Amino acid sequence: MLPKRRIISKSTFQSKTVRYPTSPFEREGCCIKRNSRVGLWFALPFLCGFFLFYIIPFAVSITYTFQTGRNEFAGLSNYRSVFASSAFQLAAINTGRFILVGVPLVVAVSLMLSLLLFRNFSGSALFRTIFLSPMVMPVASVAMLVQVFFSDKGVTNSILSLLGIPVQSWIQSDWAFVLLILLYIWKNAGYNLVLFLAGLKSISHEYFEIAMLEGAIGWDTFRYVTLPMLRPSLFFVLVISVVNTFKSFREAYLLGGDIPHKSIYVLQHFINNNFAGLNYARLSVAAFSVFVVLAALVFWLYKANRRVSEEL
Amino acid sequence: MRKKSNVLSAIFLTLCSIIVLAPMVYTVSNSFMNTEEILKYYANDSTFGKYSAFHLIPDHVSFEAYFQMLLSRPDYLVKFWNSLWLTVTIVCGQIVISSLAGYSFSKLKFRGSNILFYLVIVMMMMPYQVTLVSNFIVLEKFRLVGKYAAVILPMIFYSFGVFLMKQSFDAIPNEVLDAAAIDGASEIQILFSIVLPMSKPGLGSLIILGFLDAWNMVEMPLVLLGDRSQYPLSIFLAQIATDNMSLGFSCSVLALIPPLLVFLYFEDELVEGIRFSNLK
Repeated sequence: MLPKRRIISKSTFQSKTVRYPTSPFEREGCCIKRNSRVGLWFALPFLCGFFLFYIIPFAVSITYTFQTGRNEFAGLSNYRSVFASSAFQLAAINTGRFILVGVPLVVAVSLMLSLLLFRNFSGSALFRTIFLSPMVMPVASVAMLVQVFFSDKGVTNSILSLLGIPVQSWIQSDWAFVLLILLYIWKNAGYNLVLFLAGLKSISHEYFEIAMLEGAIGWDTFRYVTLPMLRPSLFFVLVISVVNTFKSFREAYLLGGDIPHKSIYVLQHFINNNFAGLNYARLSVAAFSVFVVLAALVFWLYKANRRVSEEL
Repeated sequence: MRKKSNVLSAIFLTLCSIIVLAPMVYTVSNSFMNTEEILKYYANDSTFGKYSAFHLIPDHVSFEAYFQMLLSRPDYLVKFWNSLWLTVTIVCGQIVISSLAGYSFSKLKFRGSNILFYLVIVMMMMPYQVTLVSNFIVLEKFRLVGKYAAVILPMIFYSFGVFLMKQSFDAIPNEVLDAAAIDGASEIQILFSIVLPMSKPGLGSLIILGFLDAWNMVEMPLVLLGDRSQYPLSIFLAQIATDNMSLGFSCSVLALIPPLLVFLYFEDELVEGIRFSNLK
């Protein structure tokens, strides 16, 4: 396990320090390379738990996907039956739809707010605190308020009926999806906003000044200066936003229980319900599919991000 | 021209703030209503026909709901205490484990640490349900299902925390560590007396985000704790809200206080910490 020793050749410090090369990604210019064996010891407590509770059992659960209930090899039949089942298809489509609708919306909202806050200095700290505050609201309280306002006999329907507009069954109709998206934006825009603000602050003023001298105004500055310079932040915002779409399941669960309206039935419901039915094979197929898709997505984002950082 | 657009954007931001704050304000103000008032406005046979009415300002400010919650029955305080010690235990564990691992991934890279860190990022993105069954099987092997440890142990190994700490350690120049190493400090001394005090933003964000995640957990206790009486406030709250609305509001306020305090205390660190968390 010990990495090979090599004397530094291209270091800024021409000393006789011994260097343990660890990876091709290692940063240039760092000169005293401390003992990397210690590194493993530091990571060990985490790695033990990480492998024990997540990685190893997950790897074991992958083997379930190739087995029948009686521990016989089943080939790909589990995959075929899960992918063909309408519940899985509905859940996969809804999960994808939530990401494709929710993530661009939350990115747009938070980017717009951050641009406004970036210009508007007085009081921008207060606005920032306000926009971050939905983070602390307990999920169950949010669910209760949604019930108060959007249940069949809720406040919204009472206002609609006063105005003579036909009432809606908000939570038990396609509107549930809209509600969940709105809650998602409400909850997560603040975090993304701070990420964007950090990105905006790191852009050198000179770029804006040059753009101004070149005669760029408003939209042009945004399109050709701000947006390209924000790309590194954008990647992280995207990653975090995708992570947070999965957390919307908590709201969906507290509003709709195990079987909510079909517009918000997502993969997590599918997995949970198969768990309740002790159907580990079907569950693991779904879990493994999510894993593969997300791992590919992370890999792609990582690569794209590296490419962008090199361009800049 | 410039001034006018600033005024417009300030007005727009204020409107947005009102929308953002509305749920919290509504919950707090409704918690100061007595049961009769809540029934009058929200019950099915309320004085306003079959629908609930919008009711923000209490007719009479009353602490009845709070008295009920705090004094009449011990349940709510017990749940609150359950949630609190669970969350604090989890966050403390996360701080230790994530700092050590983050330091290793950031400054003491070993062979394979890049691949492991990629695995951490992938796991961090997974919805909890993906590892749910894996978790359950292991905990069952250790006979922990139904015990609080079943919730605490997996939560302590928090991929996002490791990620956060690694990113914030990356911002510390290596020269600082080298100087300490030359002076004879061991790695563990460097971590605890130099690197951690310099990474308050990372720590602050870890505390806030870890606290919120643990405080709001829904899926894990449902699956891993057998007994309903063990459920933390986050799940119990949903039940109270359907049983007794005025208690639902006051318990919401109770559930809101700890995360709000943590948030307000560490907000500056969180904002700083979020800045460091950009992927590199």
